[in-house]
Amino acid sequence: MQLTKKEKEMLEGKEGNAIKKSMEILVALGEIYGAKKLIDVTSVQIAGVSYDNLGEAGLEFLEQMSKDGKTRVLTTLNPAGMDLENYKNLGISEEFAVKQKLVIGAFAKMGVLTTCTCTPYLIGNNPHYGQHIAWSESSAVAYANSVLGAKTNREGGPSALASALTGKTPEYGMHLDENRNAQIKVIVKTEIKGTHLFGALGKVIGEKVKSKPTYITGIKEATVEELKAFSASIATYGGAAIFHMEGITPNKTPIPTKEITIIKAEIDKAVKSLNMDSEIDFISVGCPHASINEIAKIAELLKGKKVTKEFWITTARPTMKIAQANGYAKIITDAGAKFAADTCCVVAPIKGRFKCLATDSAKGCYYAYSKNQSKTKILPIDKLVEEATKK
Amino acid sequence: MMNKSKIFVGRKISAGVVQGEALVTKQGISFFGGVDPSSGIVTEKGHELEGKSISRKILVFPQGKGSTVGSYALYRMKKQGTAPLAMINAECETIVAVGAIISEIPCVDKIDITQIKNGQKIKVNASAGKVIIE
Repeated sequence: MQLTKKEKEMLEGKEGNAIKKSMEILVALGEIYGAKKLIDVTSVQIAGVSYDNLGEAGLEFLEQMSKDGKTRVLTTLNPAGMDLENYKNLGISEEFAVKQKLVIGAFAKMGVLTTCTCTPYLIGNNPHYGQHIAWSESSAVAYANSVLGAKTNREGGPSALASALTGKTPEYGMHLDENRNAQIKVIVKTEIKGTHLFGALGKVIGEKVKSKPTYITGIKEATVEELKAFSASIATYGGAAIFHMEGITPNKTPIPTKEITIIKAEIDKAVKSLNMDSEIDFISVGCPHASINEIAKIAELLKGKKVTKEFWITTARPTMKIAQANGYAKIITDAGAKFAADTCCVVAPIKGRFKCLATDSAKGCYYAYSKNQSKTKILPIDKLVEEATKK
Repeated sequence: MMNKSKIFVGRKISAGVVQGEALVTKQGISFFGGVDPSSGIVTEKGHELEGKSISRKILVFPQGKGSTVGSYALYRMKKQGTAPLAMINAECETIVAVGAIISEIPCVDKIDITQIKNGQKIKVNASAGKVIIE
């Protein structure tokens, strides 16, 4: 890989240890994937924030990097293992909370915005078409590449941090236009409506074509929330970094000749596989993090009712603040549902607390089952509220 | 005798020079979930190295697999003294590369690992991308 004089100096340690380590990571990845050079990025999203996943070693590494590392571009953070303010109400232990706060502290010291959300694009880290960025968090990567038209590989936590501290990433994969082209056409022959069905579609496509870029036809319209759900699901079940949706996403691509068809029976089968035989004791909306529009809808549905089951709305703190300012939050909490800001059901240490999660998120179902050994049900938001308020 | 030693030249992933005993597997290794970080013992069910310790060995395997949190797991093992002395891969991928770099574990790839046998004494000069079987 060709490095500039300045990049060589960064690699040799002239700008401190954190920059040296970061450059070592970026150059090694560049060499492995055959990049010719480093390119500048304008935005970073860092995953690997929950202490449940990082452990003591991850925390130590971050504290080491924070000694002399400072972000050079706009950098936001993935969800943490708990609501940073309201964790007691959500049953998180004090011991865990102390460690989680140290993790957040190390990121803050480096200049990372500790927004703790998987939907940075909803709260101001919103790159535009064609910009090179370095994001981790698979759902946000798929959304950024596909819906926004920005360019990012699927970064891991340390490589995203390395890009934040240097403002650079190796030029390979999704940064090169030829790798972004669709390889297979997917013709959807059934109407897809609602976040739960867009999630089911992502599961069906992801399992069929794995991480291959797709050109999807037959979707008439899609909301931001539906695209957010679809991005999360296709990345979880297949590993895709990019998809193209005819008439909906902005990237240009040649249309592949190889094609597959998705029919209603396949969507029904995916929904059925996520609807396990069990009694719901936990309901959650917000995987990926709920938008203000979703929160408004939940408030409308919950108005004047009381929930009878544990009901979490996971969202970004800035979104929750908008909900508070507009009265939605009061309606929701008066009904007995809870906000879990900064965190989510995938990364919070809730294994063993619940038997069966009901959610509108296909991604949420995947992690509830594989990570937390919980049974799952997938339902549209209005049905979730109905379940939550059932006497 | 010097002329008896075999030298392989690969690619430096993470610098350093160490000597030790080879522990070889044909299977990929997941450092998050597949290895107990406090003992260095491989815990993945059905793995060739299940029940064996990778701690302070020259660990020879085709490549890493599994969660990207594996990079942090290697760092944790290095801090606890349970990490391998060095790693030799056929084809290194992101998880092992990042883990080796942040943990300062010497690592070389693009080596024909079928030529290395369990228990052989090996010198790894990762800085020069070299593996020497003594």
